[in-house]
Amino acid sequence: MGEQPARLADGGRIDRDDRRRFTFDGRAVSGLGGDTLASALLANGIHLVGRSFKLHRPRGICSAGVEEPNALLTLRGGARREPNVQATVAELWDGLAVTSQNRWPSLALDAGAIGGMLSRLLPAGFYYKTFMGPTRRAWMLYEPAIRRAAGLGRATREPDPDRYERRQAFCDVLVVGSGPAGIAAALAAGGAGARVILVEQAARCGGQLLAEPVASEAESWRSARLAELAGLDNVQMLTRTTAFGLYDGNVVGAVERAWDHVAEPPPGQPRERAWTLHCGHVLLATGATERPLLFGDNDRPGIMLASAVRRYLHDFAVLPGRRAVVVTDNDSAYPTARDLARAGAAVTLVDTRPRAPAAAGEALAGERVKLLCDGRVERVEGRRRVRALAVTHADGRTRLDCDLVCVAGGWSPNVHLASHLGGRPEYRATLDAFVPGALPAGQSAAGALVGEYATAAAIDSGWRAGLAAAGAPVTDPPFAAPATGALPPGPGPAPRPQPGGRGKVFVDLQNDVTAADVALAWREGYRSVEHLKRYTTLGMGTDQGRTSNINGLALMASLRGEDIPTTGTTTFRPPFTPVALGALAGRRVGRQFRPERRTPMHDWHAEQGAEFVRAGPWLRAWYYRDHGADVDRAYVAEMRQVREGVGMVDVSTLGKIDVQGPDAAEFLNRVYVNGWLKLPIGKARYGVMLRDDGFVFDDGTTSRIGEQQYFMTTTTAEAGPVMSWLEFLLETAWPELRVQVTSVSDQWAGIAVAGPKSRRVLAAALPGVDVGDDSLPPMGVRDAECGDGLPVRLLRVSFSGERAYEVYTPSGYGRHLWERLLEAGRPFGLAPYGTEALGGLRIEKGHPAGPELDGRTTLDDLGLGRMARDKPFVGDVLRRRPALTAGDRRALVGLQPLEAGEPLRAGALVFPHGQPNEGHGIGHVTAATWSPTLGHDIALALVERGPGRHGETVTVASPVHGEAVTARVVAPVFIDPDGERIHAEV
Amino acid sequence: MLRIRCPFCGDRDHAEFSYGGDASVERPPLDHDSREDWYRYVFVRANPKGRHREYWQHVHGCRSWLVVERDTGSHAILGVESAAGSLEPARDG
Repeated sequence: MGEQPARLADGGRIDRDDRRRFTFDGRAVSGLGGDTLASALLANGIHLVGRSFKLHRPRGICSAGVEEPNALLTLRGGARREPNVQATVAELWDGLAVTSQNRWPSLALDAGAIGGMLSRLLPAGFYYKTFMGPTRRAWMLYEPAIRRAAGLGRATREPDPDRYERRQAFCDVLVVGSGPAGIAAALAAGGAGARVILVEQAARCGGQLLAEPVASEAESWRSARLAELAGLDNVQMLTRTTAFGLYDGNVVGAVERAWDHVAEPPPGQPRERAWTLHCGHVLLATGATERPLLFGDNDRPGIMLASAVRRYLHDFAVLPGRRAVVVTDNDSAYPTARDLARAGAAVTLVDTRPRAPAAAGEALAGERVKLLCDGRVERVEGRRRVRALAVTHADGRTRLDCDLVCVAGGWSPNVHLASHLGGRPEYRATLDAFVPGALPAGQSAAGALVGEYATAAAIDSGWRAGLAAAGAPVTDPPFAAPATGALPPGPGPAPRPQPGGRGKVFVDLQNDVTAADVALAWREGYRSVEHLKRYTTLGMGTDQGRTSNINGLALMASLRGEDIPTTGTTTFRPPFTPVALGALAGRRVGRQFRPERRTPMHDWHAEQGAEFVRAGPWLRAWYYRDHGADVDRAYVAEMRQVREGVGMVDVSTLGKIDVQGPDAAEFLNRVYVNGWLKLPIGKARYGVMLRDDGFVFDDGTTSRIGEQQYFMTTTTAEAGPVMSWLEFLLETAWPELRVQVTSVSDQWAGIAVAGPKSRRVLAAALPGVDVGDDSLPPMGVRDAECGDGLPVRLLRVSFSGERAYEVYTPSGYGRHLWERLLEAGRPFGLAPYGTEALGGLRIEKGHPAGPELDGRTTLDDLGLGRMARDKPFVGDVLRRRPALTAGDRRALVGLQPLEAGEPLRAGALVFPHGQPNEGHGIGHVTAATWSPTLGHDIALALVERGPGRHGETVTVASPVHGEAVTARVVAPVFIDPDGERIHAEV
Repeated sequence: MLRIRCPFCGDRDHAEFSYGGDASVERPPLDHDSREDWYRYVFVRANPKGRHREYWQHVHGCRSWLVVERDTGSHAILGVESAAGSLEPARDG
């Protein structure tokens, strides 16, 4: 066999000088530039390209577009290996390696297909029956084998080496589809001055015009119009771009396979680009898809859609078979029969109608095509390629030798996008098809999508829709419609032929759903189309049932004794065709997956060997490797440093809010549970906020800086929500308050200096600033300037229980202040500490923090009930509802193991001692740490009736670690219960 | 995707905004002591299909709280105003 034996000598939109070599299951073959993988395979006479999903039946190429159910192949290898690519969509490039799927040991000899045994094992509803029935346990046994036997290709497990992009674009009119209607619409709207984007999923524009010969009036029209479009600056044409979803606000999601048609994208170029198109008007010209016919063994390789065959003839100069039978129930396949005959094939046309309409008959005039009317397919011969067709017809019964069968079962408009926003398609009996229902303002449809199948009618409807979309007066098209060789399906629906003949009648080729499966579903009561779909998996493949939905609906409708519109359609949801997740992610992968925030001192931490931990968007220093080989050793050393000497920690991540105005004190008095009216200038106070529902929201210290100015700090986690909440209250609830809130989180760097030597470090680091206890007592606040001009804000507050200060400075000075403190602190042994030590210190001191402020705790749960003052404040009414004041609530306690070496872990469950560790227990550990002060683990926990249990023993169980530790319930303050250490100094 | 015409910043993508709940419920005054009324304000929602007044905050813009009237069936935005009411909206753009 020579090279590309099925390639015709003339015609086609292919580049005969551009020979492209590729391999199919290791066999070296070649195609031409401009080929799809499918056209190249067909040019080489290859029809058998895969095994079916469940039954491992041999399958061939069925279509020439995105509706392809069969020809799913794995492209490339290594990290770029991509399964389930439609051969009819993939463009051929030189060096492409292609493998078939779901076959073993080989495509021609597949063990899974032997004896058709799988078909009895896997009927409709197989998964449901196995899951729900008495065989449920056996499923565990079968599943791996079944998953291997039934399936598609395997994706790579390596990281995607390619880059993807996302883009936003705006237009007045988006035209989806570049068939005759879409081209006319884009020209009309573009000519009227609208900003137009035209998207076409294929590499070439033209839609059905591509099924016309290159030497034809249709081709001249196509190239002339495309040249006109290219000359309009206000029209942008995006080919290889699929509009996959239509969303609220006339936003269309589209994916451009920019460099997916080459082995590797050029350097710096994305493989795919996801577009978000914001459209004034969306004009859908998405065309229609041909339906196959139902008869026994209608899945054999060599059985193809008639329109696809005509496209292969004229777009790719490929003759898919030399002895062809065309089986049709309408007129639109007659041109295929004629053109096959002209290309040299022996052609028989089997029309299921009693006689061929005159217009159809004329199409065959002068061609050697044998016409058989009132035809039925009785039997298909050939397994790996169709060999013969036995048909009955008006004049009897005939066996037709053939190597190609073209089927034509009418057309289904592509209503998907028109239905994405919930619009229901309408059944049009004269078309035997669904068309878009009423579209909302700003959307319209044209061409074959609305049943205008004839080229001239499609052009006319596109032109008018394009002008209307641009808001221009509607006129006739300025160009004549070309004569084409195509024929519309013809008047009225043909009586739908009953599926007959021997063998399995496939409705959904991709998911191996047969007419018998549909009947089984009906018998078992799955009669709504949505149930039918899920029970049989009809239409649930990667092709979304583009060729099978209407045939399946028609079968179910006839079983129900109803018409198709009563039976209805399933729901159309995005995406129209599969979209690579990489394209949707764009550049938001790896470190760009989410925003990362760094403190002003971040680089210092990194240079000094800090390990970082994520806290929301923030990267915080977790511990410093200098202080220990691992976190467990380092944080203990860092805690000890604070307790015995002095340490410092970066607290720049705290939320900071500037609160100003004559009513600022009143405002704070309303949002915090405690009192704020008497806080003097120069003092800070710890405050707690509730939500309206009475649960604790957030805590922090707020300082009075001036007569009308306060400096609020929030937790790192709630900085954003607290800010929004304060703005909400001021704008909606209390507009009468003269208060302005401003987030200053990013304006201030913050450092906590803690330990009995902390004051001496400050005195050394901040020359000219009085840090004596008289000027800066506990809870004191000072704005000051160092002798050299460095501005600082000093708060004497403590999270650890030690004498401690928070020092703030404008962010730009953050690193300078950090290094200055470190330098000045060197004689005192100052060392930085990370968040692990910060957390351990606060556990020792029993300060509630994030793990306890989990949105489910009340003031009383946290032991803070005494803070609430007798005044109206947010959340006060609902915090007093019965469920929040019940005595059995889980409340904060401390835990310590009876045996000093036993571990306590955050997340462990607390059970009454001596009872089985089942269920959820009576509480859980919120935070745990090793206490260097006490020499054993300690934990904070929320336990039912906790405060009443001090002294009790409980079991602290961590089932995931297989641990159960006996512990004693104690007060949640492990060190310095009288709070003396904040004065201590050494 | 929705587009919301912020009275201060103009027509913007909804990704700039954050949803803030039902604006048709009336918040009791702070010193109002009826647990029942606060319960209704915090928890009871009509959840209508159709016109709905709701709070949105222009968090990635001017940070104003807005009252947006939206059709929960069609997602059509029927009107946008400042939640504070008294502020003078800027011109579009």
